[in-house]
Amino acid sequence: MKKFNKIFGVVLASCMTLSLLAGCGGDNNTKENQSGESQNTGSQDDTQNADNQTAGGEGVFKIGGIGPITGNNAVYGQAVQNAMQIAIDEINEAGGVNGYTFEMNFQDDESDPEKSVNAYNNLKDWGMQLLVGTVTSGPCVAVAAETNTDNMFQLTPSGSSVECVEHPNAFRVCFSDPNQGFGAAKYIGENSLGNKVAIIYDSSSIYSSGIYTKFTEEAANQNFEIVSAEAFTADNATDFSVQLQKAKDAGADLVFLPIYYTEASLILTQANQMGYEPTFVGCDGLDGILAVENFDLALAEDVILLTPFAADATDDLTVSFVTKYQEKHGDIPNQFAADAYDAVYIVKAAIEKSGATPDMSVSDLCEAIKGAMTEISVNGLTGEAITWTEDGEPNKAPRAVVIKDGAYVAM
Amino acid sequence: MNSKKMQLNKNLTNNLITYGLVIAAFFVVQGMIWTGKSSSLMQGLLVPLCVYVILAVSLNLTVGILGELSLGHAGFMCVGAFASAFFSKCVQEAIPNSGLRFFLAILIGAAAAGLFGILIGIPVLRLKGDYLAIVTLAFGEIIKNIINVLYIGKDGNGFHFSMKDALSLHMESDGVLIINGAQGITGTPKDSSFIIGVALVLITLWIVLNIIHSRDGRAIMSIRDNRIAAESIGINITKYKLMAFSVSAALAGVAGVLYAHNLSTLTALPKNFGYNMSIMILVFVVLGGIGNIRGSVISAVILTLLPELLRGLNSYRMLIYAIVLIVMMLFNWSPKCIEFRERYSLKRLLKNRNHNKKEAE
Repeated sequence: MKKFNKIFGVVLASCMTLSLLAGCGGDNNTKENQSGESQNTGSQDDTQNADNQTAGGEGVFKIGGIGPITGNNAVYGQAVQNAMQIAIDEINEAGGVNGYTFEMNFQDDESDPEKSVNAYNNLKDWGMQLLVGTVTSGPCVAVAAETNTDNMFQLTPSGSSVECVEHPNAFRVCFSDPNQGFGAAKYIGENSLGNKVAIIYDSSSIYSSGIYTKFTEEAANQNFEIVSAEAFTADNATDFSVQLQKAKDAGADLVFLPIYYTEASLILTQANQMGYEPTFVGCDGLDGILAVENFDLALAEDVILLTPFAADATDDLTVSFVTKYQEKHGDIPNQFAADAYDAVYIVKAAIEKSGATPDMSVSDLCEAIKGAMTEISVNGLTGEAITWTEDGEPNKAPRAVVIKDGAYVAM
Repeated sequence: MNSKKMQLNKNLTNNLITYGLVIAAFFVVQGMIWTGKSSSLMQGLLVPLCVYVILAVSLNLTVGILGELSLGHAGFMCVGAFASAFFSKCVQEAIPNSGLRFFLAILIGAAAAGLFGILIGIPVLRLKGDYLAIVTLAFGEIIKNIINVLYIGKDGNGFHFSMKDALSLHMESDGVLIINGAQGITGTPKDSSFIIGVALVLITLWIVLNIIHSRDGRAIMSIRDNRIAAESIGINITKYKLMAFSVSAALAGVAGVLYAHNLSTLTALPKNFGYNMSIMILVFVVLGGIGNIRGSVISAVILTLLPELLRGLNSYRMLIYAIVLIVMMLFNWSPKCIEFRERYSLKRLLKNRNHNKKEAE
């Protein structure tokens, strides 16, 4: 009996801990999950008839999304998930596309190619007809091979490596890595921002090394000189004094940072401590630097970013999106969110153009939308009159902003 | 003599149960595919399941049978994966037959990983316990980092090699980048299939079980149980340790080959080849029972399936997974739980009933 009591006690205690944990998670996530949950109850009803891929005869386009909502890159996946939900709600409220509504299901891939393919298969079971994803490059390449086999239309909001859109069924919203490197080199050259350029990049990141390679290639054609190129890896991304010292010793007056904002904020702080004050130029990965905690915004003064999206732009579209995002999720949307928001509207435009209907098979739908993609022109958050070529690359003008008094100012 | 025969029979039945389990699972799943009852998610998970089973079984050889804690298993998997993907990418045109190409790729992956196993094993196996764990952990990280800065390209003049960046390869215009630093290898042909995976699982089981029940296996286990006693009766400790370690590494390499040819992109991320992965495999082994091969198979399958089956729970998925892990660990290894399980085990209940029946008669 004593033993029974003991076991009973343990079970009760674990139940209580569990409910406590569940409670905690709930509080933090209610905001994020409201949309997630409502969409999930919908999806459960639909799993029954998910076997036939053309399910959705009720006039619903089933859009799948894949991205990391747990793990290291969770920020990006969550931003994409939230923004997609906002766009889809907007479209559905406004009466849908040609009278059909959108339904969304977003799956976690932890930014891992293997998990991403699992998520894709899971979405296929749900009856997905179009894929908006995946968020990160590595998984995107793996999933693109699968969508190509199934001939499913894929539009990645932020998968920037070249191979992401190598198949004819895949398109993207963001610039490709080489494109960014090329654009950055050209921008620096044409605006004579510096004569001696140092680069600090992350050799373990596909994004960063992709930009770096193309940047150095293009730099040969420009009127500046690369005096140092120093790499770091994700495993030692805390101390940059060596790289900065080398840049300083080489007399660089401009430091190019094709990296993400977390490391960039450290670089800016450490450069300030060294008393080194070159011009810093970054790509869209630097977007988010103003939101870093415990970071002195004065250090980011005059940093130049080549980003397609600035959350404090004053055009109506951006203002309405940022307000909605803030109301629903409490923080300022980053460039990933903007890409995802655009992605949904691009899909809408392509469906309208092609006159596709939800009762078409996945493959027919893909052919129809693929054809329409090269004909449409979309005004979005990340660019005006964006058009696509058959190779899946977007055609839009790069935008540059400079940070003044803790805010982006267009250049 | 008689008791030896009994022992042999017991081993044989035990082994047959393990093989039978795998074969039965294979037929059930194949049956589901043929009748169209399995979901895409299930079908996509089949090859990864085989990969993890092979990894768990091979690590059990080091941890359970040799009794050394290795945290570098993902490193060997990584070597096998990259060696074979490199090979497949190079000969994709030369050998259009995917069966033959994959067969060669498996041999190359196993050989490369086995070679690294021997190279690492010679200095490292002189260490014991924690030290070995630390060194193997470091080895795994080194492999991952080297591959992340490795650039290899091929053009008319042959192979070009660099550890700086793709530009310093100085390739001709017709050159193809095969390993592109952090981007790894993309476009590996998808040669893995469930049938090949299951065949490889069976071969792995056959190799490991045969080693365990052979003269060599008993020598290895004697080293685990008492190194000094084993040495005193003339067992060549270095030889047997190295043997178990390199076989384990080679099998991990095979798992890597299967992994690399299942996805079209292969990158050495902390996620798939870092120490997290090594520990994940160790978790399979510990949960399944150290030294228990069948347990490794079962736990690898359950723990790989679990996070995918929990997808319905959205954000709580990883939380629930972690809790299940803790509960399972407690259930398996807490002394009180073992006591409880023994008291209320099915076997014992049946035995008691039979006993009571006999007494009644």
